[in-house]
Amino acid sequence: MTNLQTHRALITVEQVNKSFSAQEGKGEFTVLSGVNLTVSVGEVVALLGRSGSGKSTLLRIMAGLIPPSQGQVVSNGTVLKGANKDVAMVFQSFALLPWLTVQENVELGLEAQSVAREDRKRRALKAIDLVGLDGFENAYPKELSGGMKQRVGFARAFVLEPNVLFMDEPFSALDVLTSENLRGEIDDLWNAGTFPSQSILIVTHNIEEAVFLADRVIILGANPGCVRGEVVIDLPRPHDRGCDRFKALVDYIYTVMTNPDAEVTGSVEVPTSALETYPSVELPRSPYATPLPHARVGSISGLLELIVEESEVSVDIPRLAERIQLEVDDLLPILDASVLLDFAEVTQGDVKLTEIGQDFATTTILRSKDLFRQQVLANVPVLVSMIQTLREKRNHSMRAGFFIDLLNEYFSDKESERQFATAVDWGRYAELFEYDASEERLYLPEPVATASGEAVE
Amino acid sequence: MLRRTFPTPEALRRFPFGVADIAVILGMLALLALIARVGAGTLVSFVPPNIMPGISLEPLNLPYYAARSTLRMFIALFCSTVFTLAYGYIAAHNRRAEKILIPLLDILQSVPVLGFLSITVTGFIALFPGSLLGLEAASIFAIFTSQVWNMTFSFYQSLRMVPHELDEAVTLYRLSGWERFTKLEIPSAMIGLIWNAMMSFGGGWFFVAASEAISVLNQQYTLPGIGSYVAAAVKAQDLAALGWAFVAIALVIFLTNQLFWQPIVAWADKFRLEQSAGAEAPDSWLFNLLTVARVPRLLGQALQPIGESINRVMSRMTPLRSPYQTTAATSGWGDRVYNCLLLAAISVLLALGIHFILTTVGILEVGKTFLLGLLTLGRVVLLLAFATLVWTPIGVAIGFNPKLARLLQPVVQFLASFPANFVFPFATLFFIRAHISLDWGSILLMALGSQWYILFNSIAGAQSIPTDLREMAKDLNLKGWRLWRRLIIPGIFSAWVTGGITASGGAWNASIISEVVIWGQTTLTATGLGAYIANATSVGDWPRIILGIGMMSLFVVGVNRVFWRRLYQLSETKYHL
Repeated sequence: MTNLQTHRALITVEQVNKSFSAQEGKGEFTVLSGVNLTVSVGEVVALLGRSGSGKSTLLRIMAGLIPPSQGQVVSNGTVLKGANKDVAMVFQSFALLPWLTVQENVELGLEAQSVAREDRKRRALKAIDLVGLDGFENAYPKELSGGMKQRVGFARAFVLEPNVLFMDEPFSALDVLTSENLRGEIDDLWNAGTFPSQSILIVTHNIEEAVFLADRVIILGANPGCVRGEVVIDLPRPHDRGCDRFKALVDYIYTVMTNPDAEVTGSVEVPTSALETYPSVELPRSPYATPLPHARVGSISGLLELIVEESEVSVDIPRLAERIQLEVDDLLPILDASVLLDFAEVTQGDVKLTEIGQDFATTTILRSKDLFRQQVLANVPVLVSMIQTLREKRNHSMRAGFFIDLLNEYFSDKESERQFATAVDWGRYAELFEYDASEERLYLPEPVATASGEAVE
Repeated sequence: MLRRTFPTPEALRRFPFGVADIAVILGMLALLALIARVGAGTLVSFVPPNIMPGISLEPLNLPYYAARSTLRMFIALFCSTVFTLAYGYIAAHNRRAEKILIPLLDILQSVPVLGFLSITVTGFIALFPGSLLGLEAASIFAIFTSQVWNMTFSFYQSLRMVPHELDEAVTLYRLSGWERFTKLEIPSAMIGLIWNAMMSFGGGWFFVAASEAISVLNQQYTLPGIGSYVAAAVKAQDLAALGWAFVAIALVIFLTNQLFWQPIVAWADKFRLEQSAGAEAPDSWLFNLLTVARVPRLLGQALQPIGESINRVMSRMTPLRSPYQTTAATSGWGDRVYNCLLLAAISVLLALGIHFILTTVGILEVGKTFLLGLLTLGRVVLLLAFATLVWTPIGVAIGFNPKLARLLQPVVQFLASFPANFVFPFATLFFIRAHISLDWGSILLMALGSQWYILFNSIAGAQSIPTDLREMAKDLNLKGWRLWRRLIIPGIFSAWVTGGITASGGAWNASIISEVVIWGQTTLTATGLGAYIANATSVGDWPRIILGIGMMSLFVVGVNRVFWRRLYQLSETKYHL
């Protein structure tokens, strides 16, 4: 950390808040709050966070694509007032113009700077050469594979020789082998010291990728997004995935990420005692204020079944993630849901099933529904409250909008809809209620229709 | 895989200045000569009512008349494109302008274009006294108004739907407003724009024929063109001449398709937004010829510096849009004042219109036009029901058979763009001979133009039903009505809605010329709103023209809102495949 501070800061984020106003004038939703961040010369910084942590929003604020609501971004000594000149970005979906050839796409930024045609061509060909796309100058993007398209994306950014190269989940749209290959090449290029930018800022939700590429991993918390802390990757470059230190760093970050309330100290050796116990979420708040993790019931029971089959009692999460090829954004909500429903416990980057969890994973479908219902009623206040509301109504039904409005007090429009969808998925599986999607109404099931009957009474 | 990036310069050097180049040069010269010859005709003197251009029924004159009509079509297309780019751009980028422009577009789209003619003809004649240019402009304007709205709508929607990340990339790479427009916005709208232009162009033949020979304000106006040729043949009861006109228009439609639209569609294929290679790229012999020939390439290279400097100048004039400004400009107070002003302006206009109608023709006339509107509505509904019953089974049968579909789809599209009013005289003759009242006959006349939309959308809908669903149906032994109810109707529903909207719009428009038809000295009239407007137009009764058009627009807008919009939403949510 000390040696980094001697370096010149390229981009500084100062006390940035970002909120979007919700539709129908229902106030605002804070996406980022009090974010401070510096990217200095010669370092690779990774922004790591779960969905809802506003990491892409932060990247776009730093690129000048979105103005912050409060605070400011200083880039190369000046406060940002528009698109950031010192930055080039590589996009998740490549963002190539399909009607331009590879070379024309790469020349795009130079053309906007009114660089003369000959010069433009020379520099573009050099960049295309650098990413290994020689011979494809006149191809159109649709003729290229995903990996080659992203190479064009890199060439288009390289040709501008920006101070900082921004990457927005650059490998997540590619298949495993292709992304591995490209990630390795980018790392080689950086380690060789011939990289066309002075620093790199990469947004990712892949923990291994962050530890592999970055010198510093900044961990963002969610709802609202904020900087929880940073982990310095004190490994010699290139970072060796096989070494114990690498594994310890990945384990540590997993632990922190599965435990949203833990403090990120960045000191990896000492397992902080705060992480040992999972803090309870029962706060004196409205049942609608606590977000449900977005996990389908099928995924929860699939994951539990996988864990049951493992030989050890507690399973290493990074290894599990690698085995089932799920990235953090997909895996963590499922783990969260398992923990919330008391099917599993997470400690120190390991996951262990509870007795109920083991029962749930191994029993018949009817019994597992009963178990699920029992756990939901015991641990998920939102669903309990929803059923309460339905029972109080004489016709035992309620429109979806009512619940979405209640959720809307605490979440954005889109998130409220998602929360509701998850609640409906769980409630339907547990046979707590029925949902008519075309009428957008929830019903308590008819007493005749339920096999066990206990849900209705 | 790299086929599209060729031919390389090496491949071209093999036949330096080959057959292709000679063909291209000759073609260009012929085109220029034709335009010069045909264009000169528009400048002849015209002082109504004394000097009027005559129409000769000699078939040898037909190519010239056809060329005049075609030239009109292309001028109108050019105007439509320019208008579309400007209107769509402003509507998509200025939030306040959008509030007026988009509802206005919705209304203009529903106004029967043919009702406009009387207003515009008088205006344009006054604009160009002593020259045929006034009539020419009025006719072009009529075609323009028939073409432009759906093009504009498509462009506006494409602009709103530019992929978010492309937009961000272009902002971050600091493209100027002009570069953004030419490099991102026009290309991403190109496919939709060309598709809509092609549809509009097909529909335009109907209006070119209807607008060349019209009687407005007790005056008979004639422009040399294939439409007025038909009108003259009808007056002279000359069946042979009508036959020639029929052949000529079919040939012209075929040629414009081969020489203009096919090459453009083949060229525009590269603007498809999906990033993977398409299953089947459209092909055109003329486009292939142009890419093989060296002349266009050399011409392009010679013009490149000019293009570059135009780009540079335009870029300097249009600074890049900062993402910071667009969000900062939203102030609630200014918006409220603006909305109030808008509402006030609309109410004043409405009050003026109602006052004008009430003081001139009275409330009873409004009721009468409403009843006439119901009659015409009844015809449109009958037509749609009938066309659906007849054409959807045929369309589905064609769509389920890929070979047949590939063969027949161009034929159906040709039929859709064939102007129905060329068939009207034959139908009229039939009605007179068979003693069929036009009250019923006009339904057939309206159907002649609009039924094809139902047919070719049914074909497209049937093709879009996934094969595995059809195999599933076969496996479960679904047959007959059950198969239709469970698979086919839900499967083709959204396509049918699209076809139905187009067909009903076309039918309303066609009612103005279908409810009054002429054969020689005989005039058949049906009771309906279309006939009401047609009669009011020919005697120049302004209040009734305005009332009739207003009432018809209300009907169209009302039916769209109440009926089509709901079906459309249903198709988007429930029956989306």
